[in-house]
Amino acid sequence: MENKSFNINTPQRIIIIFLIILFISAGFMGISLKAIVSDTLVRLAMNGILVLSLVPMLNAGIGINFGLPVGIVCGLLGMCCALNFKLEGYLGFGVSILFSIVFGILFGYVYSLIMNKAEGKEEITSTFIGFSFIPLTSIFWIRAPFTNPAMLYPVGGEGMRPKIGLEGYFKHVLNDTWNISIAGIDIPIGFILFFAIMCLLVMVFFKTKIGKAILAIGENKQFSYLAGIDVNKCKRISIILSTVLGAIGICAYAQSYGFIELYNAPFMAAFPAASAILIGGNLGGKATIFEVVLGTYLYQSIYTISVPIANELLIPELAEIIRMIVTNAIILYAMFCKGRKRA
Amino acid sequence: MKKFCKKNFVPLFFILLSILGFIFSGMSMKFVVNEMINRFIRNGIMVLALIIPIIAGLGLNFAITIGALCAQVGFLIVLDYQISGYLGIIIATLIGVILSYFAGYIIGNCLNKVKGKEMITTIIIGFLGTSIYQLIFMVGYGTIIKSHNPEIVLSRGIGVRNMVDMEGYRSILDKLLVIKIGSIQIPVFMILLIIIFALIIKYLINTPKGMKFRAIGEDMNKARDAGINVEKVRIDAIIISTITACFAQIIYLQNIGMMSVYTAHTNSEIFACASILAGGATINKASVKNAFLGIFLFHFLFIVSPQAGQNLFQNVAVGEYFRTFIAYGTIAGALLLNSTEER
Repeated sequence: MENKSFNINTPQRIIIIFLIILFISAGFMGISLKAIVSDTLVRLAMNGILVLSLVPMLNAGIGINFGLPVGIVCGLLGMCCALNFKLEGYLGFGVSILFSIVFGILFGYVYSLIMNKAEGKEEITSTFIGFSFIPLTSIFWIRAPFTNPAMLYPVGGEGMRPKIGLEGYFKHVLNDTWNISIAGIDIPIGFILFFAIMCLLVMVFFKTKIGKAILAIGENKQFSYLAGIDVNKCKRISIILSTVLGAIGICAYAQSYGFIELYNAPFMAAFPAASAILIGGNLGGKATIFEVVLGTYLYQSIYTISVPIANELLIPELAEIIRMIVTNAIILYAMFCKGRKRA
Repeated sequence: MKKFCKKNFVPLFFILLSILGFIFSGMSMKFVVNEMINRFIRNGIMVLALIIPIIAGLGLNFAITIGALCAQVGFLIVLDYQISGYLGIIIATLIGVILSYFAGYIIGNCLNKVKGKEMITTIIIGFLGTSIYQLIFMVGYGTIIKSHNPEIVLSRGIGVRNMVDMEGYRSILDKLLVIKIGSIQIPVFMILLIIIFALIIKYLINTPKGMKFRAIGEDMNKARDAGINVEKVRIDAIIISTITACFAQIIYLQNIGMMSVYTAHTNSEIFACASILAGGATINKASVKNAFLGIFLFHFLFIVSPQAGQNLFQNVAVGEYFRTFIAYGTIAGALLLNSTEER
């Protein structure tokens, strides 16, 4: 194996150069860079766990989890449960996470059973499991038995709102924890710490016996099977773990964003996350935490900085278009690289 | 009998759902038939575009959106130069076909690099193509590309409007040779056109060239040993598919008579794939028969389900989400069935 952990490939170089150009042009346009830098830090912690959630499945050799919406819906469900009890602050967030983990394990188990049947076509199958899961949950949201009026349509009092405000519940609980300001740059220490703990937990998990077994499957499935590892069980565990992390990830995201978005909102959520980890240098194989952090930071920086520039150019759609092009071009590039390796 | 049921499980399931939906919707047969004919004309050719890639072992070609985009580019160009009527449609088709030939060539080459992961790659290519198209017409039009028609430009002078009126082309092909039976309108020319396309596809499959598609679909290595240039045949399959999709979108747009510039093509690939699968095709087996049966079954369900949802659950949205679920769920199910069969 070549030295994988810290090398920087062509796509990262392109992205970094692109970022530098963006930063310089933003500087010339008189956009406040300090605000942008603190914004990138928030967005790193906001999206980091969602990206981290791809790691277990990548390590098990299953590939990118395009079925991330399954995990996200578990998190949304968890948060809605906490909201239903009108829990506030840290308690509300903690209970959301707790519920999310429970739902994550439950749905993750079912998801993993389905995925075990899709040997060899996991990526495309997970995409469509994610896609078809969303309308199913939308039907649930219409009929959901929640009672807190803040979550329901104001008229009629039945059916969940597409966008539930978290103001007064647990909006920004992590963002505002130990938030310090150095030279005008706000650093959300508590939020970043939360992300770091999650990363650490995943790292520790892959040091345990079962974690090592999962890594072995990712390296060589045939061999691990012969070595007496229960391949299907390990894969299931990695899928469940991915789903649970996805659920926690959306909780962290929502408390920072300030809203829970239901219905079709999580539809395309998997693609930015996948793109982020690929920008970090992963090519669909074993993933490291370094790749998660670097990739998320670069990806989110592009977005944060291109929004004010696009507004300055009076074409606000430009930021979103550029983001989509980067997202999909990187995923496509990774597909080519993997194809070449196998050939 | 049992064997027949097992073999045609998917179409039978759809027939059952359609009958149930029809009963609960309480719609009149006349309305449904008119709507059916309309939808058959709109979507028929798009479904036919999927057949050859499936036979050639490329799976579902989600990149037919690119063909649709080429058609939209063609229309936007003739709208820009204000060429209306039949001449306009002919020029739009010509531009679209030329563009989709090149697009198909590029997509085919891309897919040759990712053998075994074609489907997920075509999805990503579809998304990427959409973003590039948006970049061209939302940002490039009016800045780099000179605008000739002030009616289709946004008031800021940059970008095409979201909705473009296609007054000059509305239903001009549909109106040819319309026969009325009672209150049911039958546009004979359009139906003939679709049948001609079906015959062309059927002819292509059964000529020596078609044998090549089938040969590489069955076993790529054996086909290579037999002296078939596998890569080239795969590219041909995608080119044919993309061009067919381009024709399909031309017909779709002239039928609608309005073009939502940035969203008209979205989901066309999902509905086409779900249709052909509903008609009994699988990931590696498809025929014109499957395509036609599928269009009828899938769109029948599409027409009746919102009303059925309204009557059963007092909520139109339930039916809408249900049909979206059916579209994605059919594809997910087909992928799962396929991988269980392979083992």
